[in-house]
Amino acid sequence: MQTLELKKETTTATPATTTQISGSEAVLKALLAEKVDTIFGYPGGAIMPIYDALYDYNDRLNHILVRHEQGAIHAAQGFARVSGRVGVVFATSGPGATNLVTGLADAMIDSTPVVCVTGQVFAHLLGTDAFQETDVINITTPVTKWNYQVTDANEIPAVLAKAFYIARSGRPGPVVIDITKNAQLQLFDYAGYEKCEHIRSYRPKPIVRKEYVEEAARLINNAERPFVIFGQGVILGKAEKEFKKFIEKSGIPAAWTIMGMSALPTDHPLGVGMLGMHGNYGPNLLTNECDVLIAIGMRFDDRVTGRLDKYAKQAKVIHLDIDPAEIDKNVKSTVPVWGDCKETLPLLTELIEQKVYPQWLQRFRDCQQREEDKVIKEELNPTSDVMTMGEVIRELNELTNGDAIIVTDVGQHQMVACRYAQMNGTRSNVTSGGLGTMGFALPAAIGAAYGDPSRHTVAIIGDGGFQMTLQELGTIMQFKPKVKIMILNNQFLGMVRQWQQLFHQNRYSFVNITSPDFVQVAKGFGIAGKSINQRADLKQALKEMLEHDESFLLEVMVGKENNVFPMVPQGRGVAEIVLCREEV
Amino acid sequence: MKQEYTITVYTENQIGLLNRIAIIFSRRKINIESLNTSPSEVESVHRFTIVINETEDVVRKLCRQIEKQVEVLKAYYNTQEEIVWQELALYKVPTDIIAAEVKVERLLREHGAKAVVIRKDYTVFEVAGHREETDNLIKVLEPYGLIEFVRSGRVAIIKSSDGFHEKLKEFEYREPGEDAIENEFLNENEKVFSM
Repeated sequence: MQTLELKKETTTATPATTTQISGSEAVLKALLAEKVDTIFGYPGGAIMPIYDALYDYNDRLNHILVRHEQGAIHAAQGFARVSGRVGVVFATSGPGATNLVTGLADAMIDSTPVVCVTGQVFAHLLGTDAFQETDVINITTPVTKWNYQVTDANEIPAVLAKAFYIARSGRPGPVVIDITKNAQLQLFDYAGYEKCEHIRSYRPKPIVRKEYVEEAARLINNAERPFVIFGQGVILGKAEKEFKKFIEKSGIPAAWTIMGMSALPTDHPLGVGMLGMHGNYGPNLLTNECDVLIAIGMRFDDRVTGRLDKYAKQAKVIHLDIDPAEIDKNVKSTVPVWGDCKETLPLLTELIEQKVYPQWLQRFRDCQQREEDKVIKEELNPTSDVMTMGEVIRELNELTNGDAIIVTDVGQHQMVACRYAQMNGTRSNVTSGGLGTMGFALPAAIGAAYGDPSRHTVAIIGDGGFQMTLQELGTIMQFKPKVKIMILNNQFLGMVRQWQQLFHQNRYSFVNITSPDFVQVAKGFGIAGKSINQRADLKQALKEMLEHDESFLLEVMVGKENNVFPMVPQGRGVAEIVLCREEV
Repeated sequence: MKQEYTITVYTENQIGLLNRIAIIFSRRKINIESLNTSPSEVESVHRFTIVINETEDVVRKLCRQIEKQVEVLKAYYNTQEEIVWQELALYKVPTDIIAAEVKVERLLREHGAKAVVIRKDYTVFEVAGHREETDNLIKVLEPYGLIEFVRSGRVAIIKSSDGFHEKLKEFEYREPGEDAIENEFLNENEKVFSM
């Protein structure tokens, strides 16, 4: 009796501004305060209190029930990549959380802001091998920008605030917040949500060093053959305008990495194409002829550089990056420009002279012509009866005018789509660049459709990758995001087959993959579909796909053994790029 | 050229941070020769001292990766010449042998060993010093029945450092955070999607 009264007293003694809520409700309040409106998730035992709270928040938070947690995180990634906002995922403990790992690794390497809330067993069961218990924090440590386990509801508002701040600031990345079931159930005095804007030990943006910007400008002004290469940093920094101003004033030819694609319209007169193993001929070849190489928001991935000891050795390198750990990591810079390119690019633009490099630019055009003759012409307008992936993309460009969001999976179709897709606006390219996750495209396209429903979302997928996550057709069936699924079916795991053909003496080892009747599969999920194998049907089929007012699956049968060229074979320098099989 | 570097990391005190730092080395298959965590000159700031054998280029990159961790304030790396350092070693030897052999007592004194515990059956000595010094005494004591030996991680003071009090002020300086963006489309949720 006495204890009861005592308890009563302490409750009345708390300030009138606080109210008692559960940890679960605090999670949802945090999401609303962070302006989250879409969650991709899957319930389970250890996250049930949060889902119970969600029952009352259904009108304010749009929860998309995926068919596998990997689908949830890829969807959140797609959402984040097209909207520029933080993607949010709910998953339960154990298998729910471990299913997120691939997506976390993907988001980590491609700097995608995602916050994952995972349920965890009761705190008193931690470390006892309880049902559906896994050590989520330690499993996810190498693939998260930050992670934290909550065992007390009082921590939830501040931890969620920190999670969102870390995920979106600086170089973005994935964050996992693992919340034990007792903390979700626990009632605590909620004093409101305060956004996090500072963490003592965390510097999202390095301080801009003016003297380096000046030195960079001096190098650029004295350059005869300068070359800009840019990555996703321009998009993540929301610095597309600043970037365009910079290259238009400087007159410098600019090439993009696969992740930087669409930061500049693909038809911009100074845009000279894509870098990398299957990028364009000119940008790769002339990397080794420029005198000043200006790298902006990119990280010199090995797929971009080829052999490092044969990479741009003649050039002075200016490297603009927000992440100090990227400077000099792979390529030694002459002038490092630390900072957010949103800040550093205008400083640089102001200091450089207005210039044009007609002769230098002509070199790129000549290379383009050579590539056109040797590769592109036949790929886009084939003379044989067999359809090519390239001609499908060309027809698609004509119908979308480059305004669609192009989501690609991984493999040959990805390279072809990124080589030939036209993109007018930023955040049009969603692909798994760093990790190369097959199965990424379908769920990522679902997320992309929620991130920007005003545009067409076209998921271009291979027959192999589609079979990795096709369960997400169920998500489309239930929630009806508009996703145009285009399967480019070559009846092979094409990229691996290409390598086996070129580098393993035609020894096709387990690349021959059979597929179900994709149209029938889609039909089973209530999604309209069509399969074509004749060029004559292509345009009409694409039209039908785009004009259909719901999701649509179009399978296009393409050449079985077509290869993607040009190619910088592994272990060779960028200047050793080859244009056809005979040159390999 | 590979040489010994001592990395000093100032951090927040957070569960799991040791793992985050350790995997930066193990991911690159780099062996940690010695690791010590302790409080620092600043209250609430922790200090890791890590010893590895690597080239300067690799060590510099490692330090940047360490600093990238959210809870790490700063990572420094130094060569042997740039630091004052010590390791502590404990040696357990049978007391009767030491009592019987006058030579042992002399050797212990020469090595600056101090008795920590003296019991009838054994005696524990401690020596603080550089690696060679503590190593040498093992060899000396082995013939006399060394029962147990253990050595601590390295602790090191950076000769040129002014400590972390001033540096911390830079970290506490606040900059405004970024705003969240609303999704204009999802405000019209029902018009766009249906359940």
